[in-house]
Amino acid sequence: MRPDLELVAKLIQPNARVLDLGCGDGELLHNLQRAKAVIGYGLDKDAENIRLCLTKGVNVVEQDLDDGLGNFQDDSFDMVIMTETIQSVHNPQRLLQEMLRVGRECVVTFPNFGHWRCRLNLAASGKMPVSVHLPHRWYDTPNIHLCTFNDFEALCADLDVPILQRRVVNQRHKERSLINLAPNLLGSYGFYHLGRTS
Amino acid sequence: MSTHTSDNVGVVTPTVFNYQLPFTLQNGEALQGFDLVYETYGELNATASNAILICHALSGHHHAAGYHDNTDTKPGWWDNCIGPGKAMDTDQFFIVSVNNLGGCHGSTGPESIDPSTQEPFGPEFPQVVVKDWVASQALLADHLNIERFLAVIGGSLGGMQALQWSIDFPERVDNAVLIATAAKLTAQNIAFNEIARQAITSDPDYRAGRYRLEDTNPDHGLMLARMIGHVTYLSDDGMASRFGRELKSGDIDKDEDVEFQVESYLHHQGRSFTQRFDANTYLLMTRALDYFDPARDTDDDLVAAFQDARARFLVMSFTSDWRFSPERSKEIVDALIAAGKDVAATVIDSEHGHDSFLLPIQRYTSALNAYLHHALSRATEPRKT
Repeated sequence: MRPDLELVAKLIQPNARVLDLGCGDGELLHNLQRAKAVIGYGLDKDAENIRLCLTKGVNVVEQDLDDGLGNFQDDSFDMVIMTETIQSVHNPQRLLQEMLRVGRECVVTFPNFGHWRCRLNLAASGKMPVSVHLPHRWYDTPNIHLCTFNDFEALCADLDVPILQRRVVNQRHKERSLINLAPNLLGSYGFYHLGRTS
Repeated sequence: MSTHTSDNVGVVTPTVFNYQLPFTLQNGEALQGFDLVYETYGELNATASNAILICHALSGHHHAAGYHDNTDTKPGWWDNCIGPGKAMDTDQFFIVSVNNLGGCHGSTGPESIDPSTQEPFGPEFPQVVVKDWVASQALLADHLNIERFLAVIGGSLGGMQALQWSIDFPERVDNAVLIATAAKLTAQNIAFNEIARQAITSDPDYRAGRYRLEDTNPDHGLMLARMIGHVTYLSDDGMASRFGRELKSGDIDKDEDVEFQVESYLHHQGRSFTQRFDANTYLLMTRALDYFDPARDTDDDLVAAFQDARARFLVMSFTSDWRFSPERSKEIVDALIAAGKDVAATVIDSEHGHDSFLLPIQRYTSALNAYLHHALSRATEPRKT
């Protein structure tokens, strides 16, 4: 499994009800179904991803996240997961609030636009950074809401969403103690475990 | 034309299942036994774990795949999806396709002889509902020694039967595949059915349903019913690209009588329907559609209706289908999720309206195929997901 998905999987309790937003080929849910007997559903809108989920027996539901989660009841999930997807939705703020309405907790992972390579790239070339991890150009990118760790944490503070845990990894999804000296500068991906205000 | 090509099941022969005990219907009436005509495709495996039941829609019947003889020009109604290597792969699955009670293709229905009067039932044939069909199909499954179906699959009215199976026989359905269907009809949908019924019953040749005895047939009414139905099974865009404003005959500029292609097509569809379909069956089937509402027993709570279901579900709909729109499928999916059931759902891009479920649309057939193959691997290796 992708290293970032391993991190997510560790947070899931056996038999939990899980919703995975932008579930891709269903790898995470497939593993969670087998290893933890979760009742899991994935949302995706890509035809090939949906087909791949069906070949694995993953409960994939074709749904555009930009249409919101209005079809899900309050408190219907133990955990709502969104890995590397928040940067591509139209209204991340509303979706984050929706995630914490339908689920008691959520996990959000995303690439850090404050990473020194992005900053250096922008400073040196004067153009929007293009990299292995963010390979699109500004006009054709699905990533319309890129943010830094600081940006994301500021949004959580505005929404009064407590960050239960933050983990920061490098480009190879590995945790390194050095990164924590200046996470917003050195971290490639952020992993946030969020809860509700009690 | 050769019917024995590698992509179809070839020539098939229907079989009749004769049930000889009284069969009590939901409305309290009873049939003194019944016949169900059915076809099978593929082979049942040693553990009887690869059986799929096909449920037909309003104007369907048991002949879903292959040909009845070498002179047939058209294969069964779901031949696009049933056959060697197709979505419902007859090299892997044993497929049972049945003509429902009340039908007009060999199963007991309005055209059958009522043993108590020795005359055709005609309009006196009892109103059967989806639950009755499911109960009679379960008796056929018993007869075929199929304890549980790997999947019960249907489109439209057929999807309603698959849904009802999951509720009525939770232990006998591994997977329910609901295609272009609804948990209940909307007012608009019932309205179209009522127009079709009025077209039939207002035909002077309908004779209060006793047209067979009086040697007539409400051809005109049945033709109108089929024409209105047919329009609702297509989409505006689909009709535009298929027919446009092309003329079949005449010239508007020369002030002649003209016939648009779409008119000619509808006339043909309507007329040919009167050759193969019984008006009383049409009335009965449309009412079964209208009455279907499994949540009626649970205070209109569809989530509660699904509570005891054990099947995994696949729910598929089509973007341009306005008779059984994707929103109706979404209602089913939302209820299944709220009930904690396993469900996958796709909305397939198609301009062909409700009829899409009969067509070889690549994304649709490959998704169905992927789902069923996983279902089979699960059934044969139950420890894996």
